[in-house]
This record gives sequence, structure tokens and C-alpha cells, in this order.
Amino acid sequence: MSAAPILQIDGMCVAFDHPRGRIRAVDDISFSLLPGERLGLAGESGSGKSTLALSILRMIKPPGHMEAGFVRFLGSSVGDLNEEGIRALRLAGIALVPQGSMNSLNPVARIGRQIADAFVDHGLRFGDDERERRIADLLAQVGLPANVARMYPHELSGGMKQRACIAIAICLRPKVIIADEPTSALDVVVQRQVMATLARVQRELGAAVILIGHDMGLMAQFVDRLAIMYAGRLVEVAPIAEIISRPHHPYTRALIGALPSLHQRGALSGIPGLAPSLHDLPSGCAFHPRCSLAVERCHGERPALRETDGVAVACHLA
Amino acid sequence: MRAVLRYLRRNPSLALGVALLMAIALFVVVGSLVVDLEDARPLSAPTLQPPSQDYPFGTDRQGRDLLAVMVVGTPLTLRIGFIAGFIGVGLGAVLAFVAAYYRGIADTVIRGIADIGLTVPGLLVLILIAVSIKGTLTVNQMAIVVASLAWLYPTRTIRAQVLSLRERGYVEMARLSGMSGPSIIFVELLPNLLPYLGATLVNAVAAAILASIGLEVLGLGPIDTPTLGMTLYWVNFNAAMINGWWWWWLSPTVIILTVFLGLFFLTVGLDEIANPRLRKSA
Amino acid sequence: MQLAYIARRFGVFLLIVWLAASLNFFLPRLSCQDPVRAKLLQQASLGGYVATGIEDMTREYEHRFGLDKPLWRQYVTYLSDMGRLDFNYSIANYPRTVRDMIADALPWTIGLLGTTTLLSFGIGSMLGAMLAWPRAPRWMIWLMPPLWALHAIPFFLLGLILTYLFAFQIPLLPIFGGYSAGAAPGFSWHFVGDVLSHALLPALSIVLVATGGWALGMRGMMVTTMGEDYVVFAEAKGLKPSTIFLRYCLRNAILPQVTALALALGQILSGAVLVEVIFGYPGIGTLLFQAIRENDHFVIQGIVFIVIVALGLATLILDIVYPWLDPRISYRRT
Repeated sequence: MSAAPILQIDGMCVAFDHPRGRIRAVDDISFSLLPGERLGLAGESGSGKSTLALSILRMIKPPGHMEAGFVRFLGSSVGDLNEEGIRALRLAGIALVPQGSMNSLNPVARIGRQIADAFVDHGLRFGDDERERRIADLLAQVGLPANVARMYPHELSGGMKQRACIAIAICLRPKVIIADEPTSALDVVVQRQVMATLARVQRELGAAVILIGHDMGLMAQFVDRLAIMYAGRLVEVAPIAEIISRPHHPYTRALIGALPSLHQRGALSGIPGLAPSLHDLPSGCAFHPRCSLAVERCHGERPALRETDGVAVACHLA
Repeated sequence: MRAVLRYLRRNPSLALGVALLMAIALFVVVGSLVVDLEDARPLSAPTLQPPSQDYPFGTDRQGRDLLAVMVVGTPLTLRIGFIAGFIGVGLGAVLAFVAAYYRGIADTVIRGIADIGLTVPGLLVLILIAVSIKGTLTVNQMAIVVASLAWLYPTRTIRAQVLSLRERGYVEMARLSGMSGPSIIFVELLPNLLPYLGATLVNAVAAAILASIGLEVLGLGPIDTPTLGMTLYWVNFNAAMINGWWWWWLSPTVIILTVFLGLFFLTVGLDEIANPRLRKSA
Repeated sequence: MQLAYIARRFGVFLLIVWLAASLNFFLPRLSCQDPVRAKLLQQASLGGYVATGIEDMTREYEHRFGLDKPLWRQYVTYLSDMGRLDFNYSIANYPRTVRDMIADALPWTIGLLGTTTLLSFGIGSMLGAMLAWPRAPRWMIWLMPPLWALHAIPFFLLGLILTYLFAFQIPLLPIFGGYSAGAAPGFSWHFVGDVLSHALLPALSIVLVATGGWALGMRGMMVTTMGEDYVVFAEAKGLKPSTIFLRYCLRNAILPQVTALALALGQILSGAVLVEVIFGYPGIGTLLFQAIRENDHFVIQGIVFIVIVALGLATLILDIVYPWLDPRISYRRT
């Protein structure tokens, strides 16, 4: 594994034009992803995580648009690609496992056909037997029996649907997999199955994964590095062990602190207040109204993301 | 008033619909002041005159002054539509609420009848009813005949709406706090459905007018009353097209066109109020 | 599973047929009208002869038509007659049977309705789908307002307007009948061309109005479908726009459209009846019109029955085809 990042995001800003004004769902986000790495992207609902994922694939539609920033995949700029190029990149280079797998499969097409679609539209033509074999292999990789290929989505359970989506996501052997809340709607037993599947296929492919979610426990079990988002901004990026044991940003600290532990007893602590509406962001640091350590400076000046020793934090007091 | 005008500007369909319908209303009101309504009777004018100073809309083969016919006939046609439409939606709403709120056997029966009734082409059943009644119909009788089928579609659509509303939180709250069925219907459900009921009403009126004109064109209407549909019947009967009496069919056609377009745009406009998702942002 | 579904739908169909027959039977009798006597009196007054022996004639005809038996007996006979499609004789055109008259007129109507419905549904849906698609050619937007305005008016009204335009102002097309008087029916090119030129205006009246409605509906459905999660995923898969349009959007949006078609059949037929009357097109509509004028109750009843049955059958077929289009349906209890 070389040290050159496979995916590089630089200063990305995604804005939406709303009658009440322009809002920034993604505000100056920068990070890099190394080959084979597992990066977690955590934050509350509405913090801009899914928007970021869509924006990497240039799938933001009006009234939203990417205001600024660069996305580099394998060194070349994604923004420079034409229609054909970006289409070829999707799934083959960077694959998205979307949020809401319940509805991510075409209800009137069989699973096998939905995989075959990807093959055909990416220029891969197989004979009937070859195609069936490949589809069966893919399904086996995600732990699904071969006859699933002939089934319709409504015949599958939630976990099976999610794994089918993973099968589709890996069918062209992508270098980067972005999994957007793959287990949100599933119960814990199925969650474990799906995450195990994801881990296994990622290892077999040697692909890098961006796991988007808000379940810190899940992150702790799966990712190598974790990035925390708040109100569209990055507040901390650090190796997972570091974040769990020594969170630097007050928000991260509160998130970790809110996790129940088997060993402790007592009341659970939450984070007071609500996540700010993007229409009405606080000045300076977006978190300061809910932060117990906030000082004067936090109110006026927005903290930049500064990196020391592999840990990046956006806090005046870090 | 200001707010109303401002809204109309944002909702051009509603504005257009209202404008067209008001044009018709104006025509009727001004017309009835200016024209001698007796001229709508046969033999009040020389026959088959093209439009002129004396007879701006011309005259027909039986010597009716077509301008008078339009002024008299339009409100008659509209009346049938309104009566039938109101009865249809009124009855339909009651049945829909009962079916959707109380469910059970009432729902199955009402829904079954409505579904089957809708498969059948309404005009044909109306024809059957009309020919079974002895003698020719008066305007009011026609309204009742049309109303007999006018409740089918409103029942179905209102029922669907009530079904979806029924599951909302505030209804559950009302039920749990011990409100009786009818009061929930009136206090909680009905106010939220008013815009939808309005749109349904306009639709029902349009459909009723269409049904009544259809019956009249076929000759099943009130034969000596100069409604719009009957005028078209006479146009057809006398092969006015082939004989080149173009003015005879032009005025009823234009008026019917205006009425339908007006009702259509009104429906679209009301739909936008009823369904907030359709509202264009300012 | 599937068999139960079909059986249930077929049961509903039979129910409709039975209801239609019963409606036909009881409604006229409710008003205590006597069609035979009425017709005889009418003919008597036309002929100008004295009304002696009318009672005897009435009784004889009633016996012929089976109108003198007890009610329940008439009902049973009636139901079995309906089952055999025996609609009795035409009162006005005796001794022609109602069945023959309908059999003559029905193909014309089926031809007109069948082609116009298929055309307007097909073209309208495709148009509507393309209008919703952001990559569609820009000039299509201009089609919207006229289609929109047109679909609000009844078919026959457009028929009148077209008649005026095309037969008077620009005398291109015939405005009356199914074929020119004196033309010999047969399968010659000349006759077919003649028939088509006569059918053009009635067909246009229906197609121009109906297309707009289907287009609007389809456009709405497409917009909803395009916002679905599976379309987002399809795009993320890097599928070609044409694939997404056809297999992911259109294929899903067409389902409610087909349901709407099944529901609209009755309305389309009612509209077509009036169009036929305006154009004198020799289909069921004109037959019905004449029967109304001549007070020929048996013809009217026969037509109403056949039409209800035909529509019930069409709905049944659409109901059976639907699970094939939407795989979710056959496994659900509707």
C-alpha cells in the first residue's frame, strides 16, 4: 500500500438555494483517504454527511450546487471529467451504498437484472452463462444464495436488501466504497451481519471505505480513522483509538461521553440543546452555544482545522 | 382584499379560472338586463338570420334569438351542474366519512358500490334512467338524475383522503381523549379537508355539466327549454353544419368552452391550495 | 395465490354483468311504461288510421315479446336471454334483431375507440415522461399549454370545432358517416381509404383531447418517481441516462397510469358516444341516438348491456395484466 491518498477532498462547499436564503450543507471540508483505509464520518442528522457523499460523485442537483472545492481520485480531478467520464467513475471507481436501502432497489426489476444493468452500462458484455456466474459469485460474496438473482426486492428482508445493495456496489471492483448509514433501519443482529459482510468484501477487494453514520459504537468497531462533522463543518479527525480514549473537541467528548458503558453506573449524559438550523448558524464556532467550555473567542472567530500528530481539531481550546 | 389579489398573482391558474367564470357570470347578468328573455322562445324572430345589428348572435331555425337563448340557457345549464355537483359531493362526503372513519362492513359496502358504479359508463346509465322516466325531463329533474351518479367519484376520492388523515396523530389524540365519532369528523377531519372538498366540488360540477349536456345532445333533455345542450341538439338535428349556419353552433360552443376551461383552471388552482407540495415557492 | 386473484376479479366481473342486466330489466319497468303500446300508438298516429284493434295488437305483440308473463318469470327468462346475448327484436326496426344491429355497429366503435385510446395513451404517456425528464429537447415545453388547455374540454366539442375548420373553412375531410354514400364495402384500398378519411376527424377529436390528460398524469408520476431512492442509486451506479429513464423511471411511473386507464374507460366511452353522434359515425353511439329518438327500448337496453359487459371485460383484462407489470401485486391481497 502506497502512502498516496486514493481520494482527496479539498475545501468542499455545497450550498442550497432556499427561499429564505442560501444555506451551506457542506462548509469547507477537507480530508484524504488512503488506499484500503476505513474512514468513518460521523455526525447528527442534518450535519451534511450524505450531501458530502453525493457531492463526491457529482450528484448534487439544483437547488443545490458545489460552490467550491476539489475532489481528486487517484490524483486526477473529478470535477474535470465530462458526462461520460463521471458516469464511468461511478460504481467502477467510487461506489455508493445509499442511505435507505429499503427503497434503493428498483421494485419492478429482479436483483440479478439490477446487477447486470451496471455491467452493461459500464461497457462489460458477457455471455449469458458468464453473467449468471458472476452474479452468483457476487451474491455469494455478500452471503446471499444464488437464487436471489431471480427475486424481486419486495421478496427480500431488510438485511438481504442491504446486502444486495452491497453486492451491486462491489460488482465492478471499486477502489472506494462510500457506505451511507448502511445499517440504520436494521436490528442489531442483522446490523452485525451486514457490517461483517462489508468488512469482508472490503478486505477482499482491498478497497477504501468511507462509513457514514451516527452510531459511535458501530464506528468504534469498524473504522481506522474517524471524522466528526457538525453543522456542515469538520470538527475533529483522528485515529479511532485516539478519539475514543482522548477526544479533543468538546463535541466529540460529549458524543463519547454519551455512550453507555458496561462498567459504569449512573445517569447517561446527553448534549444539551439542539443542532443548529443551517439557516441560522451561530457566529464563530458553530458548537459554542452548546459547549460548556466556550469563551469569548469562540463566539466571534471560527476555528480552523489544525493538525498535530495525526489528530486534526477545529477548536480554539484544543 | 390585497392579500387575495397577491395570492391570485402567485396562482395564475386560480386567477384565470375565476376570470373566465366571472366573464360568464357577467355575460348572463348584463345580458338579462339588456335582452328581452322572451326572445328565447321559438318564433320570436325571423329564422336563420346570420349575426347582425338586431340579432348579434343570429337566429335559429325555429326563430329563436340566439343571444337570448344563450342568456337564458347558460344559467339553466349551470344550475343543473351546481345542483347535481353539490348533491353529489354532499352525499359523497357523508358516505366517504362514514366509510373511512368507521371502516368495517359500512366501508366494504360503500366502497364496493362506488367501485362497481365507477366501472360502468355513467352516461349510459343516465340514458337508461332518462328513457325510463315517462315524458321529458324538467331542468330540476335532470339535476336529480345526474346527481344519482354524481356521488360515486367524490365518495371514492374523499374516502381516500379521510383514510390517510385518519392515521394522523391529532386524530388519534382526539379519539383517545374520548371525542365521539361525529364530533371528530366535524371538528378534526372536516376543516383539514375543506380545500380538498372545494377542488372535488368544482370537479363534480364540471362532470355534472358535462353529463347534462351529454344527455341533452342526445335528445333526452328538457325539450322545450333552451339550455346549451339542447341548442346543440337542434344544431345536430337540423344539420346546421352542413347547411352552413355557422352562427348557430358557435355561441353555445364558445360558452361551453369558456365554462369548462374556467372550471378546469379553477380546479388546478384549488389543487394547489389543497396540496401544499404543489405550491410554488414565492 | 395468482389463481385466487384472477378468480376474485372474475367474480367481480360477473357481478357487474348481473347488475347491468338487472338494472336494464327493472328500471324501465319501474316507470310502468309500456314500450309496445307506446310504439304502436306512435305508428298509429303517424299512419293516420283509427286506433281500433290497438289493444289486440298490443296483446299479441306482448305475447310475442313475452311481456304478459309474471314478473319473476320474465326476469329469469330475461337473465337467460342476456346470457345468450339474445336482446330480442328491435321495436322500431322489427324484424331486425337487436343483436344484429349491435353486431353491425360494434366493430366501428371498437375500431375508433381502440385505436384512439391506444394512440392517446401511448403518445400521451411518452410525451408526459419526456416532459418530466430534464434532458428532453427544449421545444417540447411548448407542447404543454395547448395540450393542457385542450384536455379540459369534452371530446365532442372539439369535434364540432374540427368539423367547422376542416369541412368548411378548408374543405378537406368528410364530416359525416362512416364511408361515402354509394361506396361499396369491401377490402379494397379505395374503401379502406374512404373509411379512414371519414374516421379521421372523429379520431382526432378524441386523440387531441385525451393525449393532454395522459401526458399531464404521466409527467406528474414521473416527477414523483424521479425523486425515489432507487433512482438516486441508479444514478450512483453510473447507469446511462436512457437506462434510468426507461427501466427505472418510466417502468415504475407507468403503473398508476395503467390503473388510471382502467378507471377512465367508462368516461372515454361516454365521450366517444357523443363524438359518434356529432359525426354520424356508424357505431354504437349513433345507433343509441337513433334508438332514443325512436323510443326503441330493446335496442337501448341491449346497447347498455353490451357496453357494460365490454367495459367490465376490458377492466378485467387490465386487472389481470397488472400483476405482470407490477410484481408486487400478485403476492398481495387486494
